[in-house]
Formats: sequence, structure tokens, C-alpha cells
Amino acid sequence: MSTTTPSLYDGDRPLFHLAEEPHHPDGHSTMLGFWLYLMSDCLIFAALFAMYATTAQSFGGGPGPKELFELPLVALNTAMLLFSSITYGFAMLVMEKGNKGATLLWLAITGLFGAAFLSIELYEFSHLIHEGATPQSSAFLSSFFTLVGTHGLHVTVGIVWLITLMVQVGRKGLIPANKRRLMCLSMFWHFLDVVWIGVFTFVYLMGVAR
Amino acid sequence: MSHAPLTTNPIFGRLTFESLPFHEPILIVTFIGVVLGATAVLGAITYFKWWGMLWRDWFTSIDHKKIGIMYMVLGLIMFLRGFADALMMRAQQAIAFGDNAGYLPPEHYNQIFTAHGVIMIFFVAMPMVTGLMNYVVPLQIGARDVSFPFLNNFSFWMTASGAVLTMISLFIGEYARTGWLAFPPLSDITASPGVGVDYYIWGLQIAGIGTLLSGVNLIATILKMRAPGMRLMKMPVFTWTALATNVLIVASFPVLTAVLALLSLDRYVGTQFFTNTLGGNPMMYVNMIWIWGHPEVYILILPAFGVYSEVVSTFSGKRLFGYTSMVYATIVIAILAYLVWLHHFFTMGSGASVNSFFGITTMIISIPTGAKMFNWLFTMYRGRIRFEPPMMWALAFMLTFVIGGMSGVMLAVPPADFVLHNSLFLIAHFHNVIIGGVLFGMFAAINYWWPKAMGFTLNKTWGMRSFWLWVSGFYFAFMPLYVLGLMGVTRRMQHFNDPSLQIWFVIAAFGAVLIAGGIACMLIQFAVSIRDRKDNMDITGDPWNGRTLEWSTSSPPPDYNFAFTPVVHDSEAWWDMKRSGYERPREGFQDIHMPKNTAAGIILAGISVAFGFAMVWHIWWLAALGFVGMIVVAIGHTFNYDRDYHIPAREVVETEDARTSALAAQG
Repeated sequence: MSTTTPSLYDGDRPLFHLAEEPHHPDGHSTMLGFWLYLMSDCLIFAALFAMYATTAQSFGGGPGPKELFELPLVALNTAMLLFSSITYGFAMLVMEKGNKGATLLWLAITGLFGAAFLSIELYEFSHLIHEGATPQSSAFLSSFFTLVGTHGLHVTVGIVWLITLMVQVGRKGLIPANKRRLMCLSMFWHFLDVVWIGVFTFVYLMGVAR
Repeated sequence: MSHAPLTTNPIFGRLTFESLPFHEPILIVTFIGVVLGATAVLGAITYFKWWGMLWRDWFTSIDHKKIGIMYMVLGLIMFLRGFADALMMRAQQAIAFGDNAGYLPPEHYNQIFTAHGVIMIFFVAMPMVTGLMNYVVPLQIGARDVSFPFLNNFSFWMTASGAVLTMISLFIGEYARTGWLAFPPLSDITASPGVGVDYYIWGLQIAGIGTLLSGVNLIATILKMRAPGMRLMKMPVFTWTALATNVLIVASFPVLTAVLALLSLDRYVGTQFFTNTLGGNPMMYVNMIWIWGHPEVYILILPAFGVYSEVVSTFSGKRLFGYTSMVYATIVIAILAYLVWLHHFFTMGSGASVNSFFGITTMIISIPTGAKMFNWLFTMYRGRIRFEPPMMWALAFMLTFVIGGMSGVMLAVPPADFVLHNSLFLIAHFHNVIIGGVLFGMFAAINYWWPKAMGFTLNKTWGMRSFWLWVSGFYFAFMPLYVLGLMGVTRRMQHFNDPSLQIWFVIAAFGAVLIAGGIACMLIQFAVSIRDRKDNMDITGDPWNGRTLEWSTSSPPPDYNFAFTPVVHDSEAWWDMKRSGYERPREGFQDIHMPKNTAAGIILAGISVAFGFAMVWHIWWLAALGFVGMIVVAIGHTFNYDRDYHIPAREVVETEDARTSALAAQG
């Protein structure tokens, strides 16, 4: 439906068609559509969390969270992702002001924080595998690597998308289509943040506390 | 088709000359048939120079109507494959008693029942339901297209790619022998080392992307693109059921994606999710796949309920009885769809309290369903009923589905289920509701909306022949299975020892032959109707005296659907317009803003077939290439900002004037 509601009556007589074509702004359902997609993605994570929950004690005789997780490293990692969300927020603020250069700068900083997050995660994974705690070792580790890895894969996709959008903003500027795309990526990025808070709490903190 | 350990070649992966089924005479004959058929079709397209037309007007089209028709064609073609599997199983079970081993070896028989289930659900029922929603929903809500026209084209091609990958398994390698849900540990790499399960996984993953995106697309369309005045409670009931179904799709398909991904990790990487060692838990797979699987059956049946609502009201010449209760019943069924999954495995041993909870929620579903049944009956009550083929299918549904529903309530009683679980009673039950509910609904829909889509009505004589053969064939084919199931005969048997059972299987095979006759009559119905189309033209656009907006435009509708955006005051908008003496506008046409065609969808889907095939056969270089290729094409597509155009007013005038004179000539 358009932004201005057209009249459905001509005096008392009901109208059965509009003489003037109603104006649908481009991409007027994009935000809703993207939300729906995000919720479906959320369900993929829900399934992985459920898998993790049912196998959280299935160590197969191998090591558990207490022996494996290093909370300071994970705290640093969490900080990287949270910072990236803040800087993405700054990018959106300057985008609203129409400042292309500043938008690109904040996007680049966001991407760097994201890359730092991924690097720390990869370091953690390689460290675990090096210690013999591989995805094949136990159901618990399979679930751990898959849940955390799926989140990392999403961040990777987010970074590729971010670079693509930086090129497109660089070329075409902050046109409505690009702003809409930045809004979608913004939702995606913050969504990953929320999922990570779940991972951090549920997998790492509760894992070590148990 | 061997159990020999598969070695991996750097170029061809696991693919060797032995992967081709030269030692299977049945497959060789099928292959020759397919090659001859394909050559004939491709030759004809080339001879008539249809390639350009197909590419421009169909394959790259983002028109929801064309995409809807392509979905239906895909569903019908795959239906023939799925039905061929069914006939082979019926023939095998009718003869394989005592010393007679039948004609299908066990490993082949197991692939057939797996392929039959997968194809019928994912590549017949789903495309038909999605195609129907795609075609009808934008027309019913007075929209020009869906919210995301490119995604719509892409979704279709991903579904088609999944189907193609599944069909390739027939001639290169093998298909899964695990049953249609591929439960581990049977589908594990140790028990199923071949490529069959991998074909299963990748076929469904690729098609699943299409299904999910089309779900997102249709929800956004229904919520955002309705004509002015069409509040939610003024939407046609079919659109309501489409909304509920797409919510179910978006809320359940991700779980399927996740669980299949976990199974692939077990098979490819060696993780321990569903293994029997190191903490793995196969029952978790069963839980998760049914969390998708149960909503899936409601995804299929709800739009069929919508079809029956439209058909019963139109052919009774009456407003649908109990519109509001129909809407709430639909919503309640959609919610309950999530609270019953465990009834598929009462025998897992979750304990009495858990089983009773799921038994009771299952039985509760019969209440809103029963409410719908009474609404249809009351709609017919004192109506002026016209017994056209769509109405006949609706009537057959009402009788048949009630039987299937009641056997479902029986299965919902956990103690009864312990006896009937995995028996032919279950097979009879779900064919009873899926054929008697979903398939009959799709046939009603095809007969009902064909004139809208094609511009001419379907032949009634052949439609009635098809109807009677189908319905009687259904009862002959499946009632014996109820009997056998009550006697304790289990499903998926390739051979039986007790000769006293044979007569029931012979009766069931006879039923399958009747159904084959019904399918033949339906194909003849299409052919005859196309041949005689000049005599059956639908000039008015409203051949059934319909009640919803799709009947207000021409048949077939122009690209832009409606020359002017309709305004809605009633849930039966077109009936309301006709009653108020609404005159079709003949002037004042304006430019119409429309999306442009694009080839990105079919290209992406084509690469996904290569990627899926490479993953199945462990051809890693091709998989990597395909993966990168898809990303590059997808990103490349986002650099195209020029996605719409305007149909100039003069073209609209031409189209509408042509319709005006056609209507005048008809009188």
C-alpha cells in the first residue's frame, strides 16, 4: 500500500478502481522481506542451539568446555564484534546525513573489526584442533564447531557484502537503492551481534560455569 | 550401484564408468525412453524456432503468472516420474510372494520408494502448491506482481535445479535407499557409503533455498501489495491460506536446511551429530526433521483448503459460509502444526506424558478442520450447485478427506500407534489425506483456474473421465492397505512370504492401474482442450461466474494484470463489483511501472546444479568453481540497478481496446 491512502469513495458511491496509479516507492517491501529472511536465519541458529543443548554433555570421553575454553580470548573476540556493531551504527548515522566519505570510512572500520573477530575465532579453532579437540572428537565438539562456525560463516558473508556495498556506494553514491542495501546489511550485522551474545552466554559462559 | 569402497580421483571425484547403470535393464530401457523423448522435445523446439521465445518470454520472465505456470509444468512432469515409481512398487508387491522374487531387486526397490516419496512431496506437491499461489495470489489481491519479482524467478529455478539433480541420480549413480526422510544411522556414511544420500541431500538443499525465498516473497506480497481497501479480513480465503502456508514455510524450512547440513557434516567431515559413537544421537535427527516435516504437510494442505473454499462457494453460487471462522481455523491449524511433530515417533519412547501431550494436540487439529468441513457443507446447503469438474474434485475431497482424517485421529492415540506405526495403515492414512486432500485440490485448481491462465476452458468430458477413474482408483489402491496395516503388514517390503496377503496387493495394483487411466485421461483432457481451444475461448474472463478479483480481468490477464488498480470493499470483491453494476473503464489509461526480465536466476540455478553434482561425486575443483561462480554471479547481479520499465499508456490502450472489441463481438 502506498504512503498516502487514496480515497475509496466518490462521495457516497464506492469506487472500484483508482483513476491515478498509486505510487509504490521502490523497494517498499524490502525491509519486511529482509526481516522475514532474518527470522528464517534465526531458526537455523535455533536448530543449531538446540543441537548444542542436547549434546552439551556428550563429550565422548573427551574434553569439555572447562578444559577447552579460554574466556579472556572470547571476551576480546566479543568486544571486537560489539565494537563493529557500534561503528556500523555510526556509519548509518552519517549515511542519514548524506556524508558519503564518512560512511565509507565507518564501513571500513566496521569491516576491520569484523575481520579481527574472524581472525581471533580462526586462531581459537586452530588452537583447539591443534590440541586434538576436533569437530570429529565428540558430539559436543561437533555442535560447538558447527554453531560457532556457522556464525563465523555469516560474519564472512557480511564482510563480503560490506565490501560489495562499499564499492557500490563509491560508484553510485548514497542513492536510495544503496541506502536500502546498507539498511539491510545493518540489520544483518546487528542480528549477528545478537546471535553472538547468545553464543557467548550459552556456549562459553554457561559451559565454563557448569 | 556397488558397495565397493569409493576412491576419489582428482578430476572425476568418485565418478567412474561403473557409476553408469549398464547392468540394470530397467534403467537402460528408461534411459533410452528419456533420450528419445528429450530428443523429440528439443528437436521440436528447434524446428519450430521456439528457443528465443522460451528464453525471453518464459525462462527469464519475472512475471508471476508465467513463473506460476512453469511451477505447475514442473510439478506435472515430476508427477509422471513419481507415479511411474508408484506403479513399479505396486507391480512388485502384487507378484513378489513365496518363491517369486518379483522383478525388482531389493536395492533397486529401496531406491524407488525413497525417490517416490521425495519426488511426490518436494517436486510434485510443493511446486504445484507454490505455482498455484504464485499465479493466483497477486491476481486475487489486485497486484501487478509479487514483492520481489527477480527472487521469484530465482526460486523457481532453484526448485527446478533440485528436481534436475534428483533426476540425474536415475542414470548416474544411484538414489538413497533410506526412505524419504533419510534417518540416520541408516543414512550415515558407514551404512550408506554410496552417492544416493548425497543426491538426496543436495537435491533438497538446492530446492529448499527456492522454497524458502518464495515463502518470504509471498508473505511480503500479501502483506504489502494488497489493493486499496483490502483489509486482512477482506482477503479471499485462498489468499489467507497462502499467507498461513508461507508463514509455515519460512518457519519450518530453515530447520530442514539445518538438519540436512548436519547430516552432510556427518557424511563429509566425520562429525558426530547422528552417529552411534562419541555422543552422537540419531534420534535428534528424527526430532529435527519432523519439526520441519509436520508443518510441511500443513504447508501442502492449507492452500488446497483455500482452493476448495473458492471452488465450493463459486459452484454453489453462494457466499462462503463462515468466512471469519474459516480464517481463524486456518490460523489455528497453522499454529497447531508446530505442536504435534512427535506423533511421528511415539514409539521412540518419550514416556507416557510426552506422548499424551502430542496425542492430544494432534487430535485437537481435527476441530478446526472439522469446522472447515461444516463451513463447506453449509456453503453448499441451499446453493445452486453446478457439478463442473472443479466442484466434483471438491466433493470427492470432502468424502475422502474425512476418512483420512479419522484414520489420522486413530493414529494419534499413542497405544494404537504402537500397533500401527510403520505399517501399511499409516501408508494408507497419509495417501488418503495427501491424495484426497492435496492432489484432488490441485486438480480442482487446475480445472478451475486453467481458463484464467490459458484463455480457454478445459474439456469437461475428459475431465469427468479422469475424475471417476482417479477417485475409484484411489479407493481400490488404498483401502486394501488399511486392511493390510491392521493385519500388521509393515511398509517398504520388497517381498512377502504369506500368500494369503496377496489378494489385497492385487486389488491395490488394480487401483493403481485405474489411477493410471485417470492420469491418461487428464493428459488427453489437456491435449483435446488445446486442440479445440478456438471453440472454448473464455472471452469474458469470468467463465464460472466467479467472486474474487482474478475473474475481473481478461483471460489470460495482460502482463500488468489490471489496467487500473482495483478498489476493494468486500471479501468477494468481484461479486461486489458485478452486483453494483460496475462498468469496465475504457479510457484514461496511464503508463504502468513493471519489473524487467533477467537471466540471473536461471544462470545461478544452472551453476547450482553443477555445484550439487560436484558435491555428490566429491569433484572438489568443480564444487569450488561452482561455489565461487554463484557468488560472483549473485554479486554481479546486484550491480544492475536498472530493473524496471514502463509499459507505455498507448500499449495499455491497444490491449484494453482489443478486449473491448472481443467482448463486444461476443455480445
